[in-house]
Amino acid sequence: MNQAEKEAYLREYSILKNQGKPFFPYAVAKDSVMAVVVMIVIIFLAAMFGAELGPKADPTTTTYVPRPDWYFYFLFEVLRVMRNIPKFTDLATIGVPTICMILLFLLPFYDRSPERRIERRPVALAAGLTTIFAMAFLTYTGANTGSPNTVDLQPPASLTAQQKAIFRAGALVVGNSGCLACHVLGNNGNDGPGPPLTHIGRILRPEAIASTLRNPTAPMPSFAALAKQNPRQFYDLINFLGELQ
Amino acid sequence: MPKLPSPPLPKALRPAPRRPGEPDEKQATTPIEVAADAGISVVDWIDERTSLSGGIRWMMFRKVPRGINWFYTLGSATMFAFLNQAVTGVFLAMYYRPDAAGGAYESVRYLTDQAFLGQLVRAMHKWGASVMIILIFMHMARVFFFGAYKYPRELTWIIGVVLLILTMAMGFTGYLLPFDQRSYWATIVGVNINGTGPFLGPYLSDFLRAGPEFGATTLSRFYAIHMMLIPGLIAALIGAHLYLVSKLGISAPPWIKAQEEPELRQTTL
Repeated sequence: MNQAEKEAYLREYSILKNQGKPFFPYAVAKDSVMAVVVMIVIIFLAAMFGAELGPKADPTTTTYVPRPDWYFYFLFEVLRVMRNIPKFTDLATIGVPTICMILLFLLPFYDRSPERRIERRPVALAAGLTTIFAMAFLTYTGANTGSPNTVDLQPPASLTAQQKAIFRAGALVVGNSGCLACHVLGNNGNDGPGPPLTHIGRILRPEAIASTLRNPTAPMPSFAALAKQNPRQFYDLINFLGELQ
Repeated sequence: MPKLPSPPLPKALRPAPRRPGEPDEKQATTPIEVAADAGISVVDWIDERTSLSGGIRWMMFRKVPRGINWFYTLGSATMFAFLNQAVTGVFLAMYYRPDAAGGAYESVRYLTDQAFLGQLVRAMHKWGASVMIILIFMHMARVFFFGAYKYPRELTWIIGVVLLILTMAMGFTGYLLPFDQRSYWATIVGVNINGTGPFLGPYLSDFLRAGPEFGATTLSRFYAIHMMLIPGLIAALIGAHLYLVSKLGISAPPWIKAQEEPELRQTTL
């Protein structure tokens, strides 16, 4: 906006303001109605859904699924998606959220046109709608990604149907045992503190995997109990890990 | 100095003009009149020393432009949700103990199960946070689509973005305080993600954790940030935001065009 446009706006605005009504009571009345609505909504939500308190925090468990509050889903989903696309890892480390934040701060400085009607601001309209849909979509997928404990890996095509079934069963055991809290498997799980397991089958033979599971290095929990109580699941687990070439 | 508009009282409530022959000032006689006079003189006493009435008149009786609609209530609704958070938060703080060894969880357990209306107040705080986040994003969308962030309201927008970030930070720090499994593990992941941010990320993570590891002081740090640091900042910035809104005037809806004043047209004819 140049000086002439600024002055034109201020002139126009002062006329509109002079034709308006006083803030009190006209705007205050609307605001008060809205405040009552907000209060009713909050009390309704509070009375209907309450506030649950889960089990006490236990730093020694490794199986717990971290879930943020729903309004952070989009942020977590962005980071998850970015991490899974190798080309974008650098971008992800610079921080997509940081870039978005800076863009938001500087909005009045790069959008300098005097036009305010949204139908005459096609770029702003497209950017705004894209942002809304992206955030809604990311929140939705973030909510439906399911538990971060599911291992999303396809069995290698070379396996027989029976071996594929074992592969899937083993992936389920890994998910339910909370391995992803410390290990990364392909695009799943956290990288560290445990070593990545994406290609563990190349490094260790199944017998070595079995003995590591029985006698792990702390803080990893031992799977000796599982081997005793449910040898079938233990067998699936070892086979699954052994197939991760 | 511009003349302040007089209070827009309905006709019935406006004081009647003095009739001829009546004395200038009626002497207060009944107890109610004496009490009213005492109230007025207290307000007068304060106003003589602070001149607050001018500021209040400036704030309350300024004009808002033609065409203001319900979308314009989203900002004040967000502030109202913040007030709800402040009030319920004070009551929660009366019971809460920031003790990572188990006291924190026990105090929230007591609050939820035993304290009178404790669960309702805690639920109102929890759901109030969600409502506030939704409202602040809707308010931002309104400002964006109406082009209200443009000249001369750029600074109001920037303060608003800071408020948005602080509100999200409130959601993040508050999530840890119940100290159950869900909040503990989500916060660990959250702080780690924070640490991957550029430049300041690792320092911010260390600051939040109060050290390189998630420890006993982390909870008190989150508690202090959630209870004192950010609420103070939010309150101060809401003040600045509101001052700018009053100073610059509420933006008119972009589709409303100013017409010439009808009286002006008549005088030229």
